[in-house]
Amino acid sequence: MRQNAWTDRAFALMVHGAALLTLAALLGIVLSLFMGAWPAIQEYGFSFFVRNAWDPPREDFGGLVMIYGTLMTSLIALVIAVPVSFGIALFLTELSPRWLKRPLGSMVELLAAVPSIVYGMWGLMVFGPVLAKYVQQPLQSLCAHVPILHTLTQGPPVGIGILSAGIILSIMIIPFIASVMRDVFEVTPPLLKESAYGLGSTTWEVIWKVVLPYTKTGVLGGVMLGLGRALGETMAVTFVIGNMSQLSSISLFEPANSITSALANEFAEAAPGLHQSALIYLGLILFLITFAVLTFSRLLLMRLKGREGKRV
Amino acid sequence: MTNTQTQRPTPNAKLIIRNLNFYYGKFRALHGINLEIPDKGVTAFIGPSGCGKSTLLRTMNRMFELYPDQRAEGEILLDQENLLTSKQDVALIRARIGMVFQMPTPFPMSIFDNIAFGVKLFENLSRIEMEERVEWALKKAALWEEVKDKLTQSGASLSGGQQQRLCIARVIAIKPELLLLDEPCSALDPISTARIEELIAELKKDYTVVIVTHNMQQAARVSDYTAYMYLGNLVEFGATEQIFFKPAKRETEDYITGRFG
Repeated sequence: MRQNAWTDRAFALMVHGAALLTLAALLGIVLSLFMGAWPAIQEYGFSFFVRNAWDPPREDFGGLVMIYGTLMTSLIALVIAVPVSFGIALFLTELSPRWLKRPLGSMVELLAAVPSIVYGMWGLMVFGPVLAKYVQQPLQSLCAHVPILHTLTQGPPVGIGILSAGIILSIMIIPFIASVMRDVFEVTPPLLKESAYGLGSTTWEVIWKVVLPYTKTGVLGGVMLGLGRALGETMAVTFVIGNMSQLSSISLFEPANSITSALANEFAEAAPGLHQSALIYLGLILFLITFAVLTFSRLLLMRLKGREGKRV
Repeated sequence: MTNTQTQRPTPNAKLIIRNLNFYYGKFRALHGINLEIPDKGVTAFIGPSGCGKSTLLRTMNRMFELYPDQRAEGEILLDQENLLTSKQDVALIRARIGMVFQMPTPFPMSIFDNIAFGVKLFENLSRIEMEERVEWALKKAALWEEVKDKLTQSGASLSGGQQQRLCIARVIAIKPELLLLDEPCSALDPISTARIEELIAELKKDYTVVIVTHNMQQAARVSDYTAYMYLGNLVEFGATEQIFFKPAKRETEDYITGRFG
Protein backbone atom coordinates (compact mmCIF):
# COMPACT_ATOMS: atom_id res chain seq x y z
CA MET A 1 0.00 0.00 0.00
CA ARG A 2 1.28 3.45 -0.81
CA GLN A 3 2.32 5.66 1.99
CA ASN A 4 -0.36 8.30 1.63
CA ALA A 5 -3.25 5.86 1.32
CA TRP A 6 -4.35 6.51 4.89
CA THR A 7 -4.79 10.22 4.20
CA ASP A 8 -7.20 9.30 1.42
CA ARG A 9 -9.15 7.12 3.79
CA ALA A 10 -9.20 9.79 6.47
CA PHE A 11 -10.40 12.32 3.93
CA ALA A 12 -13.15 9.99 2.71
CA LEU A 13 -14.24 9.48 6.29
CA MET A 14 -14.36 13.22 6.88
CA VAL A 15 -16.50 14.01 3.86
CA HIS A 16 -18.82 11.13 4.70
CA GLY A 17 -19.13 12.61 8.15
CA ALA A 18 -19.96 16.04 6.75
CA ALA A 19 -22.69 14.59 4.56
CA LEU A 20 -24.15 12.57 7.42
CA LEU A 21 -24.10 15.61 9.69
CA THR A 22 -26.44 17.43 7.30
CA LEU A 23 -28.79 14.49 7.33
CA ALA A 24 -28.67 14.27 11.11
CA ALA A 25 -29.39 18.00 11.50
CA LEU A 26 -32.33 17.73 9.12
CA LEU A 27 -33.78 14.74 10.93
CA GLY A 28 -33.23 16.45 14.28
CA ILE A 29 -35.13 19.54 13.15
CA VAL A 30 -38.04 17.53 11.80
CA LEU A 31 -38.17 15.46 14.95
CA SER A 32 -38.11 18.42 17.34
CA LEU A 33 -40.71 20.26 15.26
CA PHE A 34 -42.88 17.18 15.33
CA MET A 35 -42.52 16.74 19.07
CA GLY A 36 -43.22 20.39 19.73
CA ALA A 37 -46.26 20.33 17.49
CA TRP A 38 -47.60 17.08 18.93
CA PRO A 39 -50.21 18.58 21.32
CA ALA A 40 -51.67 20.64 18.46
CA ILE A 41 -51.55 17.68 16.10
CA GLN A 42 -53.42 15.60 18.68
CA GLU A 43 -55.99 18.33 19.17
CA TYR A 44 -56.70 19.19 15.52
CA GLY A 45 -55.05 16.61 13.28
CA PHE A 46 -55.17 17.51 9.62
CA SER A 47 -58.17 19.78 10.14
CA PHE A 48 -55.62 22.36 11.32
CA PHE A 49 -54.84 23.00 7.65
CA VAL A 50 -58.36 24.17 6.87
CA ARG A 51 -59.51 25.71 10.16
CA ASN A 52 -60.08 29.42 9.82
CA ALA A 53 -59.55 30.35 13.45
CA TRP A 54 -56.78 31.90 15.52
CA ASP A 55 -57.83 32.94 18.98
CA PRO A 56 -55.09 32.59 21.60
CA PRO A 57 -57.21 33.63 24.61
CA ARG A 58 -59.80 30.96 23.85
CA GLU A 59 -57.12 28.49 22.76
CA ASP A 60 -58.75 27.95 19.38
CA PHE A 61 -56.26 27.53 16.59
CA GLY A 62 -56.20 26.79 12.87
CA GLY A 63 -53.62 27.41 10.18
CA LEU A 64 -55.73 28.33 7.17
CA VAL A 65 -55.04 32.07 7.19
CA MET A 66 -51.29 31.69 7.57
CA ILE A 67 -51.01 28.90 5.01
CA TYR A 68 -53.10 30.88 2.53
CA GLY A 69 -51.06 34.01 3.24
CA THR A 70 -47.73 32.23 2.79
CA LEU A 71 -48.74 30.45 -0.41
CA MET A 72 -50.49 33.42 -1.95
CA THR A 73 -47.77 35.98 -1.23
CA SER A 74 -45.15 33.59 -2.61
CA LEU A 75 -47.27 32.91 -5.69
CA ILE A 76 -47.69 36.63 -6.38
CA ALA A 77 -43.97 37.12 -5.84
CA LEU A 78 -43.13 34.39 -8.37
CA VAL A 79 -45.65 35.57 -10.93
CA ILE A 80 -44.03 38.99 -10.90
CA ALA A 81 -40.39 38.06 -10.28
CA VAL A 82 -39.92 35.23 -12.81
CA PRO A 83 -40.75 37.18 -15.97
CA VAL A 84 -38.94 40.30 -14.74
CA SER A 85 -35.84 38.28 -13.82
CA PHE A 86 -35.97 36.52 -17.16
CA GLY A 87 -36.05 39.90 -18.85
CA ILE A 88 -33.14 41.19 -16.77
CA ALA A 89 -31.05 38.10 -17.49
CA LEU A 90 -31.91 38.19 -21.17
CA PHE A 91 -31.00 41.84 -21.43
CA LEU A 92 -27.75 41.45 -19.52
CA THR A 93 -26.52 38.46 -21.54
CA GLU A 94 -27.80 39.17 -25.04
CA LEU A 95 -28.83 42.75 -25.59
CA SER A 96 -27.05 45.08 -23.20
CA PRO A 97 -24.19 47.21 -24.51
CA ARG A 98 -20.96 46.13 -22.90
CA TRP A 99 -20.44 49.26 -20.78
CA LEU A 100 -23.83 48.78 -19.12
CA LYS A 101 -23.42 45.08 -18.32
CA ARG A 102 -21.28 45.33 -15.22
CA PRO A 103 -22.91 48.29 -13.46
CA LEU A 104 -26.39 46.98 -14.11
CA GLY A 105 -25.47 43.45 -13.05
CA SER A 106 -23.94 44.69 -9.81
CA MET A 107 -26.94 46.86 -9.10
CA VAL A 108 -29.28 43.92 -9.44
CA GLU A 109 -27.07 41.97 -7.06
CA LEU A 110 -27.02 44.90 -4.64
CA LEU A 111 -30.79 44.62 -4.35
CA ALA A 112 -30.11 41.33 -2.58
CA ALA A 113 -27.89 43.10 -0.06
CA VAL A 114 -30.64 45.43 1.17
CA PRO A 115 -31.70 44.18 4.62
CA SER A 116 -35.20 42.77 4.60
CA ILE A 117 -36.31 45.09 7.38
CA VAL A 118 -35.55 48.04 5.09
CA TYR A 119 -37.84 46.53 2.48
CA GLY A 120 -40.45 46.17 5.19
CA MET A 121 -40.24 49.78 6.33
CA TRP A 122 -40.19 51.05 2.78
CA GLY A 123 -43.17 48.86 1.96
CA LEU A 124 -45.15 50.13 4.91
CA MET A 125 -44.30 53.83 4.69
CA VAL A 126 -43.77 54.49 1.01
CA PHE A 127 -44.94 51.69 -1.19
CA GLY A 128 -48.19 50.80 0.61
CA PRO A 129 -49.84 54.24 0.33
CA VAL A 130 -48.80 54.53 -3.34
CA LEU A 131 -50.15 51.07 -4.06
CA ALA A 132 -53.42 51.92 -2.32
CA LYS A 133 -53.96 55.15 -4.15
CA TYR A 134 -52.74 54.39 -7.65
CA VAL A 135 -53.29 50.65 -8.02
CA GLN A 136 -55.79 49.25 -5.55
CA GLN A 137 -58.45 51.94 -5.81
CA PRO A 138 -58.51 52.03 -9.62
CA LEU A 139 -58.37 48.23 -9.79
CA GLN A 140 -61.24 47.95 -7.36
CA SER A 141 -63.50 50.19 -9.38
CA LEU A 142 -62.40 48.46 -12.57
CA CYS A 143 -63.10 44.97 -11.28
CA ALA A 144 -66.27 45.80 -9.38
CA HIS A 145 -68.49 43.84 -11.73
CA VAL A 146 -66.14 41.11 -12.93
CA PRO A 147 -67.06 37.85 -11.16
CA ILE A 148 -63.76 36.37 -9.90
CA LEU A 149 -61.67 39.53 -9.94
CA HIS A 150 -64.29 41.23 -7.79
CA THR A 151 -63.76 38.67 -5.04
CA LEU A 152 -59.99 39.05 -5.25
CA THR A 153 -60.08 42.84 -5.02
CA GLN A 154 -62.68 43.54 -2.35
CA GLY A 155 -61.88 44.87 1.09
CA PRO A 156 -60.25 48.06 2.29
CA PRO A 157 -57.72 49.40 -0.24
CA VAL A 158 -55.21 50.50 2.38
CA GLY A 159 -52.04 49.21 0.77
CA ILE A 160 -51.47 46.59 3.44
CA GLY A 161 -52.22 42.96 2.84
CA ILE A 162 -51.42 39.98 0.71
CA LEU A 163 -50.90 41.90 -2.54
CA SER A 164 -48.40 44.37 -1.16
CA ALA A 165 -46.54 41.62 0.70
CA GLY A 166 -46.35 39.65 -2.56
CA ILE A 167 -45.04 42.62 -4.50
CA ILE A 168 -42.42 43.45 -1.85
CA LEU A 169 -41.36 39.80 -1.87
CA SER A 170 -41.05 39.83 -5.64
CA ILE A 171 -38.63 42.76 -5.45
CA MET A 172 -36.65 40.88 -2.84
CA ILE A 173 -36.31 37.66 -4.84
CA ILE A 174 -35.69 39.23 -8.25
CA PRO A 175 -31.92 39.61 -7.66
CA PHE A 176 -31.60 35.93 -6.75
CA ILE A 177 -33.53 34.60 -9.71
CA ALA A 178 -32.06 37.12 -12.13
CA SER A 179 -28.45 36.50 -11.21
CA VAL A 180 -28.82 32.72 -11.37
CA MET A 181 -30.56 33.03 -14.74
CA ARG A 182 -27.86 35.37 -16.02
CA ASP A 183 -25.11 33.01 -14.91
CA VAL A 184 -26.64 29.98 -16.60
CA PHE A 185 -27.42 31.93 -19.78
CA GLU A 186 -23.81 33.03 -19.85
CA VAL A 187 -22.40 29.52 -19.68
CA THR A 188 -24.45 28.39 -22.66
CA PRO A 189 -21.83 27.52 -25.31
CA PRO A 190 -21.58 30.39 -27.83
CA LEU A 191 -21.47 27.86 -30.68
CA LEU A 192 -24.85 26.49 -29.64
CA LYS A 193 -26.36 29.96 -29.83
CA GLU A 194 -24.56 30.68 -33.09
CA SER A 195 -25.92 27.46 -34.56
CA ALA A 196 -29.43 28.61 -33.83
CA TYR A 197 -28.72 32.12 -35.12
CA GLY A 198 -27.16 30.53 -38.20
CA LEU A 199 -30.44 28.82 -39.05
CA GLY A 200 -32.10 32.22 -39.08
CA SER A 201 -33.47 32.43 -35.55
CA THR A 202 -34.19 35.75 -33.93
CA THR A 203 -32.73 36.50 -30.50
CA TRP A 204 -36.08 35.64 -28.95
CA GLU A 205 -36.21 32.28 -30.71
CA VAL A 206 -32.64 31.46 -29.72
CA ILE A 207 -33.35 32.22 -26.06
CA TRP A 208 -36.77 30.64 -25.91
CA LYS A 209 -36.17 27.49 -27.93
CA VAL A 210 -32.49 26.73 -27.40
CA VAL A 211 -30.94 28.56 -24.45
CA LEU A 212 -33.87 28.07 -22.09
CA PRO A 213 -34.21 24.32 -22.77
CA TYR A 214 -30.44 23.97 -22.51
CA THR A 215 -30.31 25.78 -19.17
CA LYS A 216 -33.62 24.57 -17.71
CA THR A 217 -32.00 22.87 -14.72
CA GLY A 218 -30.25 26.07 -13.71
CA VAL A 219 -33.22 28.32 -14.43
CA LEU A 220 -35.56 26.14 -12.41
CA GLY A 221 -32.96 26.05 -9.67
CA GLY A 222 -32.93 29.85 -9.61
CA VAL A 223 -36.72 30.01 -9.47
CA MET A 224 -36.75 27.51 -6.61
CA LEU A 225 -34.10 29.51 -4.76
CA GLY A 226 -36.35 32.56 -5.09
CA LEU A 227 -39.43 30.63 -4.04
CA GLY A 228 -37.59 29.26 -1.04
CA ARG A 229 -36.70 32.77 0.03
CA ALA A 230 -40.23 34.02 -0.56
CA LEU A 231 -41.72 31.24 1.55
CA GLY A 232 -39.30 31.82 4.39
CA GLU A 233 -39.05 35.62 4.35
CA THR A 234 -40.23 37.04 7.64
CA MET A 235 -39.43 40.64 8.46
CA ALA A 236 -40.55 42.43 5.30
CA VAL A 237 -43.74 40.40 5.17
CA THR A 238 -44.54 41.12 8.80
CA PHE A 239 -44.40 44.83 8.09
CA VAL A 240 -46.79 44.90 5.18
CA ILE A 241 -49.10 41.89 5.42
CA GLY A 242 -51.29 43.36 8.15
CA ASN A 243 -51.03 40.52 10.68
CA MET A 244 -54.73 39.70 10.71
CA SER A 245 -55.28 36.15 11.74
CA GLN A 246 -58.88 35.99 10.62
CA LEU A 247 -59.66 35.57 6.99
CA SER A 248 -62.92 37.21 6.02
CA SER A 249 -62.44 36.66 2.29
CA ILE A 250 -59.80 35.45 -0.12
CA SER A 251 -59.30 39.01 -1.34
CA LEU A 252 -55.70 40.00 -2.08
CA PHE A 253 -56.36 43.47 -0.62
CA GLU A 254 -57.33 42.03 2.72
CA PRO A 255 -54.81 42.20 5.58
CA ALA A 256 -53.85 38.66 6.42
CA ASN A 257 -50.99 36.74 7.97
CA SER A 258 -48.26 34.40 6.88
CA ILE A 259 -46.70 31.51 8.72
CA THR A 260 -43.43 33.30 9.28
CA SER A 261 -44.93 36.58 10.44
CA ALA A 262 -47.30 34.78 12.83
CA LEU A 263 -44.27 33.03 14.31
CA ALA A 264 -42.29 36.26 14.54
CA ASN A 265 -45.13 38.13 16.19
CA GLU A 266 -46.39 35.56 18.62
CA PHE A 267 -43.75 33.03 19.44
CA ALA A 268 -41.99 35.05 22.11
CA GLU A 269 -45.26 35.74 23.92
CA ALA A 270 -46.91 32.39 23.48
CA ALA A 271 -47.43 30.52 26.72
CA PRO A 272 -46.27 26.92 26.73
CA GLY A 273 -49.25 24.79 25.83
CA LEU A 274 -51.58 24.70 22.89
CA HIS A 275 -50.67 28.17 21.60
CA GLN A 276 -46.96 27.43 21.40
CA SER A 277 -47.63 24.00 20.02
CA ALA A 278 -49.89 25.41 17.30
CA LEU A 279 -47.15 27.82 16.30
CA ILE A 280 -44.64 24.98 16.07
CA TYR A 281 -47.21 23.07 14.02
CA LEU A 282 -47.19 26.04 11.63
CA GLY A 283 -43.43 25.80 11.44
CA LEU A 284 -43.70 22.12 10.60
CA ILE A 285 -46.20 22.94 7.85
CA LEU A 286 -43.83 25.54 6.39
CA PHE A 287 -41.16 22.87 6.37
CA LEU A 288 -43.52 20.48 4.57
CA ILE A 289 -44.44 23.16 2.01
CA THR A 290 -40.78 23.79 1.23
CA PHE A 291 -40.18 20.06 0.96
CA ALA A 292 -43.17 19.65 -1.37
CA VAL A 293 -41.93 22.52 -3.53
CA LEU A 294 -38.51 20.92 -3.89
CA THR A 295 -40.00 17.53 -4.72
CA PHE A 296 -42.29 19.12 -7.26
CA SER A 297 -39.39 20.89 -8.94
CA ARG A 298 -37.51 17.58 -9.22
CA LEU A 299 -40.51 15.94 -10.86
CA LEU A 300 -40.93 18.87 -13.22
CA LEU A 301 -37.29 18.60 -14.19
CA MET A 302 -37.65 14.89 -14.93
CA ARG A 303 -40.63 15.59 -17.15
CA LEU A 304 -38.76 18.32 -19.00
CA LYS A 305 -35.79 16.01 -19.48
CA GLY A 306 -38.15 13.43 -20.94
CA ARG A 307 -39.38 15.92 -23.53
CA GLU A 308 -35.81 16.33 -24.73
CA GLY A 309 -35.92 12.85 -26.19
CA LYS A 310 -34.79 9.56 -24.69
CA ARG A 311 -31.16 9.03 -23.89
CA VAL A 312 -29.50 5.70 -24.43
CA MET B 1 1.06 40.69 -50.41
CA THR B 2 -1.27 43.01 -52.22
CA ASN B 3 -4.65 41.84 -53.31
CA THR B 4 -5.74 44.80 -55.29
CA GLN B 5 -6.88 42.90 -58.31
CA THR B 6 -9.76 40.48 -57.81
CA GLN B 7 -8.65 36.89 -58.06
CA ARG B 8 -11.16 35.00 -60.13
CA PRO B 9 -10.78 31.39 -61.21
CA THR B 10 -14.19 30.99 -62.82
CA PRO B 11 -16.70 33.35 -64.39
CA ASN B 12 -19.84 32.27 -62.53
CA ALA B 13 -19.34 33.32 -58.93
CA LYS B 14 -21.86 32.63 -56.20
CA LEU B 15 -20.32 34.96 -53.68
CA ILE B 16 -18.16 37.96 -54.48
CA ILE B 17 -16.07 39.60 -51.79
CA ARG B 18 -14.66 43.06 -52.48
CA ASN B 19 -12.23 45.05 -50.36
CA LEU B 20 -13.30 43.35 -47.18
CA ASN B 21 -11.72 44.61 -43.98
CA PHE B 22 -12.58 43.20 -40.60
CA TYR B 23 -11.89 44.52 -37.12
CA TYR B 24 -11.99 43.00 -33.65
CA GLY B 25 -12.20 46.28 -31.79
CA LYS B 26 -9.08 48.09 -32.94
CA PHE B 27 -7.33 44.99 -34.23
CA ARG B 28 -7.59 44.60 -37.97
CA ALA B 29 -8.04 40.91 -38.74
CA LEU B 30 -8.70 41.02 -42.48
CA HIS B 31 -6.89 43.25 -44.95
CA GLY B 32 -8.77 44.12 -48.12
CA ILE B 33 -9.88 40.67 -49.14
CA ASN B 34 -10.97 40.26 -52.76
CA LEU B 35 -12.35 36.87 -53.66
CA GLU B 36 -14.94 35.22 -55.87
CA ILE B 37 -16.34 31.96 -54.66
CA PRO B 38 -17.52 29.82 -57.58
CA ASP B 39 -21.02 28.42 -57.74
CA LYS B 40 -21.47 24.67 -57.04
CA GLY B 41 -18.25 23.24 -55.79
CA VAL B 42 -16.06 23.25 -52.73
CA THR B 43 -13.82 26.15 -51.84
CA ALA B 44 -11.32 25.55 -49.05
CA PHE B 45 -9.65 28.21 -46.90
CA ILE B 46 -6.28 27.11 -45.58
CA GLY B 47 -3.62 28.87 -43.58
CA PRO B 48 -1.99 28.85 -40.15
CA SER B 49 -4.02 29.56 -36.99
CA GLY B 50 -5.03 33.18 -36.65
CA CYS B 51 -4.73 33.89 -40.37
CA GLY B 52 -8.35 35.04 -40.54
CA LYS B 53 -9.94 32.14 -42.39
CA SER B 54 -12.65 31.53 -39.79
CA THR B 55 -13.14 35.27 -39.48
CA LEU B 56 -13.70 35.50 -43.21
CA LEU B 57 -16.26 32.71 -43.00
CA ARG B 58 -18.08 34.45 -40.17
CA THR B 59 -18.50 37.65 -42.15
CA MET B 60 -20.43 35.78 -44.83
CA ASN B 61 -23.50 35.23 -42.66
CA ARG B 62 -22.94 38.31 -40.49
CA MET B 63 -22.44 36.10 -37.44
CA PHE B 64 -19.92 38.64 -36.16
CA GLU B 65 -22.77 41.10 -35.58
CA LEU B 66 -23.70 39.20 -32.44
CA TYR B 67 -20.59 40.69 -30.84
CA PRO B 68 -20.68 44.45 -30.38
CA ASP B 69 -17.02 45.33 -30.99
CA GLN B 70 -16.62 43.38 -34.23
CA ARG B 71 -17.24 45.07 -37.57
CA ALA B 72 -16.72 44.52 -41.25
CA GLU B 73 -16.15 47.00 -44.08
CA GLY B 74 -16.45 46.29 -47.76
CA GLU B 75 -18.77 44.27 -49.89
CA ILE B 76 -19.97 40.69 -49.78
CA LEU B 77 -22.24 40.06 -52.73
CA LEU B 78 -24.46 37.02 -52.75
CA ASP B 79 -26.20 36.92 -56.12
CA GLN B 80 -25.43 40.62 -56.64
CA GLU B 81 -26.85 41.67 -53.28
CA ASN B 82 -24.48 43.20 -50.73
CA LEU B 83 -25.08 41.24 -47.54
CA LEU B 84 -23.30 43.72 -45.32
CA THR B 85 -25.57 46.63 -46.18
CA SER B 86 -28.68 44.66 -47.03
CA LYS B 87 -31.88 46.05 -45.61
CA GLN B 88 -33.19 42.53 -45.41
CA ASP B 89 -33.69 40.96 -41.99
CA VAL B 90 -30.39 39.41 -40.92
CA ALA B 91 -32.24 36.25 -39.87
CA LEU B 92 -33.45 35.80 -43.46
CA ILE B 93 -29.93 36.25 -44.76
CA ARG B 94 -28.57 33.69 -42.33
CA ALA B 95 -31.24 31.22 -43.36
CA ARG B 96 -29.92 31.40 -46.94
CA ILE B 97 -26.44 30.56 -45.71
CA GLY B 98 -26.04 27.43 -43.61
CA MET B 99 -23.18 27.13 -41.15
CA VAL B 100 -21.61 24.16 -39.36
CA PHE B 101 -19.08 24.71 -36.57
CA GLN B 102 -15.91 23.16 -35.14
CA MET B 103 -17.85 21.25 -32.51
CA PRO B 104 -21.13 19.41 -33.00
CA THR B 105 -23.87 21.50 -31.41
CA PRO B 106 -27.03 19.41 -31.19
CA PHE B 107 -29.90 21.37 -29.69
CA PRO B 108 -31.31 19.99 -26.42
CA MET B 109 -34.18 18.19 -28.13
CA SER B 110 -34.92 15.02 -30.09
CA ILE B 111 -33.18 14.14 -33.35
CA PHE B 112 -36.39 14.87 -35.25
CA ASP B 113 -36.86 18.24 -33.58
CA ASN B 114 -33.24 19.17 -34.20
CA ILE B 115 -33.94 18.98 -37.94
CA ALA B 116 -37.44 20.44 -37.73
CA PHE B 117 -36.25 23.42 -35.67
CA GLY B 118 -34.88 25.51 -38.53
CA VAL B 119 -37.63 24.48 -40.94
CA LYS B 120 -40.33 25.61 -38.52
CA LEU B 121 -38.83 29.09 -38.35
CA PHE B 122 -39.69 29.86 -41.95
CA GLU B 123 -42.10 27.26 -43.27
CA ASN B 124 -45.45 26.05 -42.11
CA LEU B 125 -45.42 22.38 -43.00
CA SER B 126 -47.98 19.73 -42.19
CA ARG B 127 -46.83 16.81 -40.07
CA ILE B 128 -46.40 14.55 -43.09
CA GLU B 129 -44.52 17.17 -45.07
CA MET B 130 -42.27 17.76 -42.08
CA GLU B 131 -41.58 14.05 -41.73
CA GLU B 132 -40.67 13.92 -45.39
CA ARG B 133 -38.39 16.92 -45.05
CA VAL B 134 -36.62 15.46 -42.00
CA GLU B 135 -36.10 12.16 -43.81
CA TRP B 136 -34.84 13.97 -46.91
CA ALA B 137 -32.36 16.04 -44.92
CA LEU B 138 -31.10 13.06 -42.92
CA LYS B 139 -30.65 11.07 -46.12
CA LYS B 140 -28.74 13.94 -47.70
CA ALA B 141 -26.48 14.01 -44.68
CA ALA B 142 -26.00 10.23 -44.85
CA LEU B 143 -27.41 9.77 -41.38
CA TRP B 144 -30.88 8.36 -42.09
CA GLU B 145 -29.95 4.68 -41.95
CA GLU B 146 -28.33 5.12 -38.53
CA VAL B 147 -31.10 7.10 -36.85
CA LYS B 148 -34.36 6.21 -38.59
CA ASP B 149 -35.47 4.00 -35.70
CA LYS B 150 -34.60 6.48 -32.97
CA LEU B 151 -35.82 9.85 -34.18
CA THR B 152 -37.38 10.57 -30.78
CA GLN B 153 -34.09 10.11 -28.97
CA SER B 154 -32.07 13.06 -27.78
CA GLY B 155 -29.64 14.50 -30.30
CA ALA B 156 -27.01 14.40 -27.57
CA SER B 157 -27.22 10.59 -27.46
CA LEU B 158 -25.49 10.25 -30.84
CA SER B 159 -21.75 9.83 -31.33
CA GLY B 160 -19.65 12.89 -32.16
CA GLY B 161 -19.50 12.09 -35.87
CA GLN B 162 -23.22 11.42 -36.00
CA GLN B 163 -23.90 14.67 -34.14
CA GLN B 164 -21.87 16.59 -36.69
CA ARG B 165 -23.82 14.98 -39.54
CA LEU B 166 -26.99 15.85 -37.63
CA CYS B 167 -25.84 19.47 -37.61
CA ILE B 168 -25.21 19.30 -41.35
CA ALA B 169 -28.65 17.75 -41.90
CA ARG B 170 -30.19 20.50 -39.79
CA VAL B 171 -28.63 23.10 -42.04
CA ILE B 172 -29.51 21.29 -45.27
CA ALA B 173 -33.13 21.00 -44.14
CA ILE B 174 -33.66 24.73 -44.60
CA LYS B 175 -32.26 24.48 -48.14
CA PRO B 176 -29.54 27.11 -47.99
CA GLU B 177 -27.80 28.46 -51.07
CA LEU B 178 -24.39 28.44 -49.49
CA LEU B 179 -22.95 26.02 -46.96
CA LEU B 180 -20.21 27.26 -44.61
CA LEU B 181 -18.21 24.59 -42.79
CA ASP B 182 -15.88 25.94 -40.10
CA GLU B 183 -13.37 23.15 -39.42
CA PRO B 184 -16.20 20.62 -39.32
CA CYS B 185 -13.92 17.65 -38.60
CA SER B 186 -11.60 19.14 -35.99
CA ALA B 187 -13.35 17.31 -33.14
CA LEU B 188 -13.87 14.02 -34.98
CA ASP B 189 -12.00 10.73 -35.30
CA PRO B 190 -10.58 9.67 -38.70
CA ILE B 191 -13.49 7.41 -39.62
CA SER B 192 -16.08 10.09 -38.90
CA THR B 193 -13.90 12.56 -40.76
CA ALA B 194 -13.88 10.29 -43.81
CA ARG B 195 -17.68 10.10 -43.69
CA ILE B 196 -18.02 13.87 -43.53
CA GLU B 197 -15.61 14.21 -46.46
CA GLU B 198 -17.68 11.77 -48.52
CA LEU B 199 -20.70 13.80 -47.60
CA ILE B 200 -19.07 17.03 -48.75
CA ALA B 201 -18.26 15.41 -52.10
CA GLU B 202 -21.93 14.49 -52.39
CA LEU B 203 -23.22 17.92 -51.32
CA LYS B 204 -21.17 19.93 -53.77
CA LYS B 205 -23.41 18.69 -56.59
CA ASP B 206 -26.25 20.82 -55.23
CA TYR B 207 -24.60 23.40 -53.02
CA THR B 208 -21.82 25.91 -52.96
CA VAL B 209 -19.67 24.76 -50.09
CA VAL B 210 -17.00 26.78 -48.30
CA ILE B 211 -14.82 24.87 -45.85
CA VAL B 212 -12.24 26.18 -43.41
CA THR B 213 -9.68 23.57 -42.49
CA HIS B 214 -6.40 23.21 -40.65
CA ASN B 215 -5.74 20.02 -42.46
CA MET B 216 -4.07 20.51 -45.84
CA GLN B 217 -4.65 16.94 -46.92
CA GLN B 218 -8.31 17.47 -46.28
CA ALA B 219 -8.34 20.61 -48.39
CA ALA B 220 -6.56 18.73 -51.19
CA ARG B 221 -9.01 15.83 -50.95
CA VAL B 222 -12.33 17.63 -50.81
CA SER B 223 -11.98 21.00 -52.49
CA ASP B 224 -12.11 22.24 -56.05
CA TYR B 225 -10.69 25.66 -55.21
CA THR B 226 -8.33 26.67 -52.47
CA ALA B 227 -7.54 30.00 -50.90
CA TYR B 228 -4.34 30.37 -48.87
CA MET B 229 -4.49 33.06 -46.22
CA TYR B 230 -1.79 34.46 -44.01
CA LEU B 231 -2.01 37.22 -41.37
CA GLY B 232 -5.34 38.47 -42.58
CA ASN B 233 -4.35 38.63 -46.21
CA LEU B 234 -5.49 36.45 -49.06
CA VAL B 235 -2.17 35.29 -50.46
CA GLU B 236 -3.32 33.13 -53.30
CA PHE B 237 -6.53 31.72 -54.66
CA GLY B 238 -7.00 29.21 -57.46
CA ALA B 239 -7.99 25.73 -58.49
CA THR B 240 -6.91 23.29 -55.79
CA GLU B 241 -4.59 21.37 -58.14
CA GLN B 242 -2.84 24.52 -59.16
CA ILE B 243 -2.40 25.71 -55.55
CA PHE B 244 -1.02 22.39 -54.41
CA PHE B 245 1.14 21.52 -57.42
CA LYS B 246 2.04 24.81 -59.07
CA PRO B 247 1.55 27.60 -56.58
CA ALA B 248 2.22 30.99 -58.09
CA LYS B 249 3.63 32.51 -54.93
CA ARG B 250 6.57 31.56 -52.85
CA GLU B 251 4.68 31.91 -49.52
CA THR B 252 2.04 29.49 -50.67
CA GLU B 253 4.62 26.95 -51.73
CA ASP B 254 6.43 27.24 -48.42
CA TYR B 255 3.23 26.58 -46.51
CA ILE B 256 2.05 23.73 -48.75
CA THR B 257 5.38 21.94 -48.61
CA GLY B 258 5.60 22.34 -44.89
CA ARG B 259 8.61 24.63 -44.79
CA PHE B 260 6.45 26.97 -42.77
CA GLY B 261 3.31 26.89 -40.65
